[in-house]
Amino acid sequence: MGNIVIKAENISKQYRLGTIGTKTLANDFKRWLYTMQGKEDPFLKIGDTNDRSQKGSSEYVWALKDINFDIEQGEVIGIIGKNGAGKSTLLKILSRVTAPTTGQITVNGRMASLLEVGTGFHPELSGRENVFLNGAIMGMTKTEIRKKFDEIVDFSGVERYIDTPVKRYSSGMYVRLAFAVAAHLEPEILIVDEVLAVGDAEFQKKCLGKMKDVSGQGRTVLFVSHNMGAIQSLCSRSIYLKHGTIQQTGETDKIINYYLSHELKTEDELNLKVNKDIPACVTQVRLLNGEDQKTKAYLSGETLRFAFNIDCQAQGNYQLGIGIASALDVNIFSEVSELMELNNGTFEIDYQNIQVKLAPGNYALTFNLLYNGKSIQYCEKVINFEVLEINRMGETYSLSKGAGFLITQGKFTIN
Amino acid sequence: MSENNNYTFVIKPKRTLWEIDLKEIWRYRDLLFLLVKRDFISVYKQTILGPVWFFIQPLLITITFTIIFGQVAKISTGGAPEILFYLTGITFWNYFSSCLTSTSNTFVSNASVFGKVYFPRLIVPLSVIISNLMKLGIQLLLLLMVWVYYIINSDAVHPQIELLLMPFYLLVFALMGLGFGLIFSALTTKYRDLTFLIAFGVQLLMYASAVIFPASVVPADKQWILFLNPLVSLMEAIKYSFLGQGIFSWFYLAYSTIFTAIILVIGVLVFNKVEKGFIDTV
Repeated sequence: MGNIVIKAENISKQYRLGTIGTKTLANDFKRWLYTMQGKEDPFLKIGDTNDRSQKGSSEYVWALKDINFDIEQGEVIGIIGKNGAGKSTLLKILSRVTAPTTGQITVNGRMASLLEVGTGFHPELSGRENVFLNGAIMGMTKTEIRKKFDEIVDFSGVERYIDTPVKRYSSGMYVRLAFAVAAHLEPEILIVDEVLAVGDAEFQKKCLGKMKDVSGQGRTVLFVSHNMGAIQSLCSRSIYLKHGTIQQTGETDKIINYYLSHELKTEDELNLKVNKDIPACVTQVRLLNGEDQKTKAYLSGETLRFAFNIDCQAQGNYQLGIGIASALDVNIFSEVSELMELNNGTFEIDYQNIQVKLAPGNYALTFNLLYNGKSIQYCEKVINFEVLEINRMGETYSLSKGAGFLITQGKFTIN
Repeated sequence: MSENNNYTFVIKPKRTLWEIDLKEIWRYRDLLFLLVKRDFISVYKQTILGPVWFFIQPLLITITFTIIFGQVAKISTGGAPEILFYLTGITFWNYFSSCLTSTSNTFVSNASVFGKVYFPRLIVPLSVIISNLMKLGIQLLLLLMVWVYYIINSDAVHPQIELLLMPFYLLVFALMGLGFGLIFSALTTKYRDLTFLIAFGVQLLMYASAVIFPASVVPADKQWILFLNPLVSLMEAIKYSFLGQGIFSWFYLAYSTIFTAIILVIGVLVFNKVEKGFIDTV
């Protein structure tokens, strides 16, 4: 057992729904009366879970309920869950932006949280002044910043503009400088929100690379993201939140599989509205198996078959592109059809692939319709499906074996 | 668990009332000074006159007051030169009112920063007090110039030895502004109505604080009512020190000091209580 650096005990957080308006004073008074009499807070009794899609009976809702976890030094922990599962609330509590309603967290070490880069940047101040201000807001002292100043400027690559007010910066320069400051914080515990991962691909890579560095130095990192790929590559252990409670904790691979099989809706058919503004559009996509039946899952090695219904209003040359990505957001393959000349009317285009043997797991289909070489309908990851494997007992299962997304049959020979 | 360092802390729902981490505030002292610098630099960036505006504001108000209250309404200044009398009042009044109004919206105007990062929130109102103090410093230069002019050219100005108490007057002014500002800032997070109240309340308060008239115009047996306003004894003491005109009362100064201390303590406590959860209600 290593050092426990974060210990959360029975953390709960209650929010009030709707506007904070005229009733507040009355409720405040009632609350005050109850507490004065030593009774329980009348508004804390409600046991509604936090599910966006369901209408609860009460005005108050638990964004987090009875959260318990221990994090050891040097661990990199991923926090996953759907929108509204309580991830951000948990981060806010950990970064001390807001207080929990009940419970307590003991933190052992210097902690910094990156819920945003460039917090407190003032547009009128120069880059230099903002580096100092932002660093100080993040908890660095002036001497620490001065020591790292050259490194920060170097990392950001905006040396020429360092004495120009940041309002004159391009948004890219702004983010680079802001991230450079954040990257040079040296806390023992780092809390990172996925909003960090906005920006261009290069910048995202830089962010993730920096986080890998940090975790390599024996520091503790908490990382919240929707990007399962990033979670998988960075985090050793993960916490899966659902409706404000911890659904599961454990090794990242297991948690992600659990998450995907519980949260992803696999479908066998997608229906789209006819769009009269474009010359043609896909109105329906079906996933088909070998027996011509609709399916939500393929067996590993089974022919992938997708049928597209196209409603065409203008004659022309069309192409259809498809792409398959894993549920971890990694693109696996894509291809585009030859030119097809279509007249007015409805058509069905059938796509079959017998070559690719996907490994068991979750995948998503993307398609793109092109008209005379220009994309007119692009739908990214619109249908999720599963690839299953048959084991010796004849049962299907979806846990991935080995690394990667393809099952190949290369030959190993001894010469 | 390692028993090591200063950085160990516990995140809890509510803080006990008296739990104020002064050590933590000290650790963030660099932030305090950088915020002061930011306030100071950013206000007059891209203006042609820059810090000269610090002079122009009180000067224009003084001229306006001299015309309206002095020439048109003919309110007595107790024998002191009108320009100097109004300028003294306005310079110090401005300090108090800007401390009060700018600390009172601490939470609302910093919500975006407070929502993202933790640091002792008290740093922000403290930085406001200090940057206003620097602004006052500049305005005092103007006051001193006018004052010296009148000392040389008029025999109506009689500086008093109590001028040495100036740092004390300023401290009480600053802390009173801070105290009230903290209380209001905590309340405005929930009840936004107060922002409007403060905006005109401060204006009204000026007329009750012996800024544009000397306390001596009030009949002696009714003066205690005026002096219930803790600002009056300070304003009068300052005018007495600079001009030799005004009522200097140890008794009322003591009253104002105690009043300020109480308000400040309440302010810090309320602020401290609100800072943890305000982001949910703001």
